[in-house]
Amino acid sequence: MSASSSRVGAADAPLPSARMARGAGGGLGDRLFAASLRGAAWIVVLLAAGLVAALVWESKEAIGRFGLAFLYQSHWDPVTGQFGALPFVFGTIVSSILALLIAVPLSLGAAIFLAELAPGWVRPPIAFLIEMLAAVPSVVYGLWGIFVLVPWLRDWVQPALGAWLGFLPLFQGPPYGIGMLAAGVILAIMIVPYITSVSREVLLAVPGSQREAALGLGATRWETTRIAVLRYGRSGLVGAILLGLGRALGETMAVTMVIGNRPEVSLSLFAPGYTMASVIANEFTEATSELYVAALVEIGLLLLLVTIGVNGLARLLVWSVGGPTRGERE
Amino acid sequence: MKRWHGLAWMLILTLGWLPAPAGAQMLVNGAGATFPYPLYSKWFDEYVKVDPEVRFNYQSIGSGGGIRQISERTVDFGATDGPMTDDLLKKAPAEILHIPTVLGAVVATYNLSGSPKLAFSGDVLADIFLGKITKWNDDRIKALNPSATLPNQPIVVVHRSDGSGTTFIWVDYFSKVSPEWAQKVGRGTSVSWPVGLGGKGNEGVAGQVKQVPGALGYVELAYAITNKLPAASIRNQAGKLVAPTIESTTAAAAGVATSMPDDFRVSLTNPPGADAYPIASFTWLLVYKDQPNEAKGRALVKFLWWAIHDGQKHPAALLYAPLPAPVVKQIEAKIKQITFSGKPLLASK
Repeated sequence: MSASSSRVGAADAPLPSARMARGAGGGLGDRLFAASLRGAAWIVVLLAAGLVAALVWESKEAIGRFGLAFLYQSHWDPVTGQFGALPFVFGTIVSSILALLIAVPLSLGAAIFLAELAPGWVRPPIAFLIEMLAAVPSVVYGLWGIFVLVPWLRDWVQPALGAWLGFLPLFQGPPYGIGMLAAGVILAIMIVPYITSVSREVLLAVPGSQREAALGLGATRWETTRIAVLRYGRSGLVGAILLGLGRALGETMAVTMVIGNRPEVSLSLFAPGYTMASVIANEFTEATSELYVAALVEIGLLLLLVTIGVNGLARLLVWSVGGPTRGERE
Repeated sequence: MKRWHGLAWMLILTLGWLPAPAGAQMLVNGAGATFPYPLYSKWFDEYVKVDPEVRFNYQSIGSGGGIRQISERTVDFGATDGPMTDDLLKKAPAEILHIPTVLGAVVATYNLSGSPKLAFSGDVLADIFLGKITKWNDDRIKALNPSATLPNQPIVVVHRSDGSGTTFIWVDYFSKVSPEWAQKVGRGTSVSWPVGLGGKGNEGVAGQVKQVPGALGYVELAYAITNKLPAASIRNQAGKLVAPTIESTTAAAAGVATSMPDDFRVSLTNPPGADAYPIASFTWLLVYKDQPNEAKGRALVKFLWWAIHDGQKHPAALLYAPLPAPVVKQIEAKIKQITFSGKPLLASK
């Protein structure tokens, strides 16, 4: 304390040199500022690279033993040391896609309603409720899934789907309730708040002049929303959906509780499945052999790669649709 | 200046909440199995009254983690529900001892309308979990339960999805009573299940069994008792139907006392003895035979001695089965073998 105050006093004493020093210090400050920002950016890159390197290093035994077969083998047997990741990759992707299929129409509908149609007094409470949903811990969703969603799916939804659409391989097999469908539905509920609140912000950011112009040209309300608002905010909306997808791919607890945890590739949504995040959470604590641990770490590496891959694909999709809209470039 | 005062006060208040760092006190660290965690934390709590100089810190990270950490010497003792394999023992930097502390049992629980009291034999259970018996009204189940009304309903098998000592005990039993299980599936904390749904933890299995009509799963005895789940009787090696209780679990250990291997790495499943419940197991603490630190080693040995004697009055209240007297005698001899650089740590008692 006393040391620092005396240092300040010493620096303050000679005025003209202090001004010079301050000028030089400003340059130094700028350079320090730039360097620290650059450092911060690089740390992010190094962290990501370090993460991949650590995962590869820790899983080298499994990579060496199984090679590419790890990706397409579907046998997972810790007793004999046979490990294949296909059922987990399949389960992660299918449950996430299912979740998006349910959540995207719902979320975009809610976001459009809140941003364009809802009377002013309705907006804040509904927006607040939706954001509240995002704050519910996933284990709570999981418990709700086991005790409410699963019995409901088993007793009502699955028998109905089986009766009407049972000719499709998607809806065959005994209705346990627990399974891929339950996982997809619970993931959908979990990502709706994310997609909705981000989409709502995107739509609210669309300038009013866009709407006025469309309305002025004689467009109906629906046409205005479609042409002037949704098209304008397209890349933001895709970003919102990607955010939801990212959460769906990595979600662990709630999915584990309802998916049935069976490493099998089945076309039927009624059948139990397994995801990459779930198998790591389930088996890592009791994995004793080195190969077993390495196989689980390799699953983690795959999860990272799948997440990056899916996000990359989605970005490409956005660019191919026409890149950032003209409004954004201006 | 005022702000500094505020910060200083905050610091003092925060530090005040932390446990007092008494100079003479020793911290003994351990990690491992989750199954005995409630008992161990009770023990460490009680043991403070016996020896206030020692504090135990136990992380219930799972048996696999316990084995890894003791093998890397990052903890003073480990804990596991399944014994270390020869391979793992060989890889450890020095000789590791298994000290049994208490017993647990695994029970078959089910969801049938009317909750009839059911009985199974080992081979019937194994065939259900192999997917060979698929209906509740199968003749072999009927033969074991002549008085129960069994519906023509599919059996939905529920197993643990997380790696667990409970699973190890369950499949270890199957491996002994069913050659087909031993050959096709084998034993481990996670196995490749031929049929069924996976639930995470005892609560996950119990939740799914409760939710799915016709389900059959397995949970720890303590969990089944506290949650009043139906628990099937099992036909033991002597041919008697035995209900899972604390007494019948202790009887399982008494059954193998005469044939106890020197390192206690013994499976108690399917034991001899008329009253023995056949799906039971020890849980072990893992300690180095030659302790690296004299003071800590002495504290640890004193604690182990206490745990297998005075400590044994605590398990029953927490629904674990205490060690039978002949086994305690055998463990005494083992604890006396623990040394620090060749010298026994326990003064002759």
